Amino acid sequence: MKGSTSAPAGYRERHELMDAARLSRALSRMAHEITERHPDPTATVLVGVETRGVPLARRLARLVKEASGSAPRVGSLDITLYRDDLTAIGPNPVMKGTDIPLSIDGRVVVLVDDVLYTGRTIRAALGELLDFGRPSRIELAVVVDRGHRELPIHADYVGKSVTTTRDETVQVLLKEQDGEDRVVVYEKVRAKAPSASAKRPR
Amino acid sequence: MSGFPHRHLLGIEPLEPAEIQLILDTAETLREVLDRPIKKVPTLRGKTVINLFYENSTRTRSSFEVAERVLSADSLSIATATSSAQKGETLLDTAKNLEAMNPDMIILRHAASGAPHFLARHCRPSIVNAGDGAHEHPTQALLDALTLRQKKGRIKGLRVAIVGDILHSRVARSNLWLLTKMGADVVLCAPPTLIPPGIEAMAPVTYSIDEAVEGADAIMMLRIQRERMAGGFFPSTREFHIRFGLTEARVKRAKKDVVILHPGPMNRGVEIASEVADGPYSVILDQVTNGVAVRMAVLYLLLGGGSGEAAA
Amino acid sequence: MSNRLLLKGGRVVDPSQGIDDDLDVLLEDGRVTEVVARAKPRGAEIVDVSGRIVCPGFIDIHVHLREPGREDKETIVTGTRAAAAGGFTAVCAMPNTDPVNDRAEVTRAILERAREGAAVRVYPIGAISRGSKGEELAEYGDLREAGCVAVSDDGRPVASARMMRRALEYARAFDLTVIDHCEEPSLAEGASMNESAVSTILGLRGNPPAGEAIMVERDVLLAELTRGKVHIAHISAAASVDAVRRGKARGVRVTAEATPHHLLLIDELVRTSSYDTSTKMNPPLRGEADRRGVLEGLRDGTIDCIATDHAPHSVDDKKVEFDHAAFGIVGLETAVSLCLDRLVAAGVVDLTRAVALLSTNPARLLALPGGTLAPGSPADVTVLDLGRRVKVTPEKFESKGRNTPFGGWILKGGPSMTIVGGRVAWSA
Repeated sequence: MKGSTSAPAGYRERHELMDAARLSRALSRMAHEITERHPDPTATVLVGVETRGVPLARRLARLVKEASGSAPRVGSLDITLYRDDLTAIGPNPVMKGTDIPLSIDGRVVVLVDDVLYTGRTIRAALGELLDFGRPSRIELAVVVDRGHRELPIHADYVGKSVTTTRDETVQVLLKEQDGEDRVVVYEKVRAKAPSASAKRPR
Repeated sequence: MSGFPHRHLLGIEPLEPAEIQLILDTAETLREVLDRPIKKVPTLRGKTVINLFYENSTRTRSSFEVAERVLSADSLSIATATSSAQKGETLLDTAKNLEAMNPDMIILRHAASGAPHFLARHCRPSIVNAGDGAHEHPTQALLDALTLRQKKGRIKGLRVAIVGDILHSRVARSNLWLLTKMGADVVLCAPPTLIPPGIEAMAPVTYSIDEAVEGADAIMMLRIQRERMAGGFFPSTREFHIRFGLTEARVKRAKKDVVILHPGPMNRGVEIASEVADGPYSVILDQVTNGVAVRMAVLYLLLGGGSGEAAA
Repeated sequence: MSNRLLLKGGRVVDPSQGIDDDLDVLLEDGRVTEVVARAKPRGAEIVDVSGRIVCPGFIDIHVHLREPGREDKETIVTGTRAAAAGGFTAVCAMPNTDPVNDRAEVTRAILERAREGAAVRVYPIGAISRGSKGEELAEYGDLREAGCVAVSDDGRPVASARMMRRALEYARAFDLTVIDHCEEPSLAEGASMNESAVSTILGLRGNPPAGEAIMVERDVLLAELTRGKVHIAHISAAASVDAVRRGKARGVRVTAEATPHHLLLIDELVRTSSYDTSTKMNPPLRGEADRRGVLEGLRDGTIDCIATDHAPHSVDDKKVEFDHAAFGIVGLETAVSLCLDRLVAAGVVDLTRAVALLSTNPARLLALPGGTLAPGSPADVTVLDLGRRVKVTPEKFESKGRNTPFGGWILKGGPSMTIVGGRVAWSA
């Protein structure tokens, strides 16, 4: 399913941060870093934060297996019920559900997400994760860290750090979901200043 | 932007099939929370829900209470035995007094059809109908549908027989609307005195339970209230059981994997034979869990979205 | 205040005299003196009614004034003001007050109150039975003498056929009409609306049209048996109209009235209004087939008059759950506009018939003075403005009752002046 995904409403593409090859290399590197820090994959769980964190977690698991010989288990986390800014998102974001297929007590959990921005998503994920058990450690892996943190959250494994403005948004497009692998920075389309004629009453 | 576009849940009849689907899908997702080690999520933290029950009902009320607590809402139950209704306070005055406590939602069960509509017209909180007179019991129909969907994989095309006192049953009405909207084939069965006027236009009616359960995927048995005998609707429970009761023999006419639903509590030996009630077709425990999940879904869809302002 | 009024330049419609012409009407000392073209004023105060319709004063023979006993809902003063504002020059007051008007002293008290402050004429209707309990006859002789113009236990049916028979027989001695609220009590028990697919969907107990028709058939047969006079109140079912039609054809002395709401609204409104209690009354709004039956009865003369069954209630009695709400809606201030817009302008009946339904026939039915502009008759006149734009605004009603399903309706046509006994009781 190849094809260019259109920009989100009100935005246009500013520049491509990573193409498929660069994304692949970044994920490989991150997988090696995880393996280095946690040599025993059975003691590690990769938990993808819905939506894009889940296919990313699966890819990382495969890459860790290539690097170490065995794959860590993969889970998915839907943070809809834990958001602290539900009102800001809008009514009833679509829920996908949470699936943690094994006990996380005493294990290392690596949360996986596509973009780290304000940190609120990860805060919600932490809250939910801790309701499931008591991991020995929680770490965070993201493809892009775009800054503008509003909470004291940091990523342990980062694909790429980039400076962005608040008028921009970063999207990690994945073959599994969008038909292609790309990381793109979009900017808000500025509305033209209203002309004199537009102000005339109907 | 998708979502549940209503402030209240007053009945099934005003809902679109897509909206019913949304509630069922959300319930299915939320059910997983009940399997967690910590059965609590912070979603409705800070929201206040009042359960205002004018009719006795431990089952429905506790189901709502559990749903509210799992979602971390503050829950308050008012059972009329100890409430001011006994002192003659009107429904409206009671609701207005409660409204002063600023609840986000009032869940109402009341003997007068249209009572939730009345509250919705005069009060600010979201109103959920937990059963009003003979009109509707939407969360019951939703949990029945969820149970059916889990057991059968679908609702569309299922043959469902609703048997018993349809005239006085809000559960029958809510289920009839829901199943019909979702594409099931419903057949109604009762003695003629317990068939409501005009319902033949909405579903086929038969006075023969053998015919009704023939090849059925699901059978819904409604509770017979003994007062109906005093009202002259049928001559005796004996005759009712012989002519309209669900016996072992009759169940065999249905599909092999037939599901039997009963809104409970059952009158053994009247509408349903004991062997059938205790048999393998009964899904009553599933109905209880699904009840909590469905009520969680309703609470979440009505309250969880907040005011819906644009993203920061 | 002049005791001579000349209504000049209008079009007079008086079915009692077969008049529909541009004529002037002269009123003197409380009576109609003459109805002629281009009348000379002769010192009378001239009221310009050009462009208007001038009719004999309208009479509503079915009104609940609530006084004595429930003055919180309405009083004789507020009720008659509402009547005047609605274009009515006289009302007949039903006896289901507290105490019930089942004896002369209650009748006299009502009339005394009316004399003190009523805006229009008040004709009391006495009870059929003591306390309207349906067990013992009330004293019709005394009631007639005190001023009652008919007897009724309205609000309740006369459940016993024997009681109805006795009432019809006894009433003959005093030339009284027995007005019956037709409802079979065991069929209607616990019902709050019409029985149909709508009541099924709403989960409300319904009252089938057959329940009314059963009693209408009974009353027609009893009137035939006793040679008495029966009038069917607020007829709502096609089968009831049919019974009256057949009775009249046989020469039975039966008459019937219909309300504007039964002519214009159906039970589906309870559903679309989401259980709004201003759609709850007795008899209830019926289905479309019954409504059409009542309209047909209006057209072919089976139904003799339009009466409102004006039933004011306090907010407390209506702002409750549908099952618990009191039955009834107000009607005095909407009836004439509804008739002019939805019946006359809509082509259901012509203007002459409408005036007959609202004035000529009610008067004739109960042998009341009025209903005509023949010289010598009381100076009760209703002036209509067919072009007047009326927006039904319950908050502005003269009546204490605000319970109407017609709130917000925009109607074309309405009363513009109400004259009672030669005095202007109200003008737009």
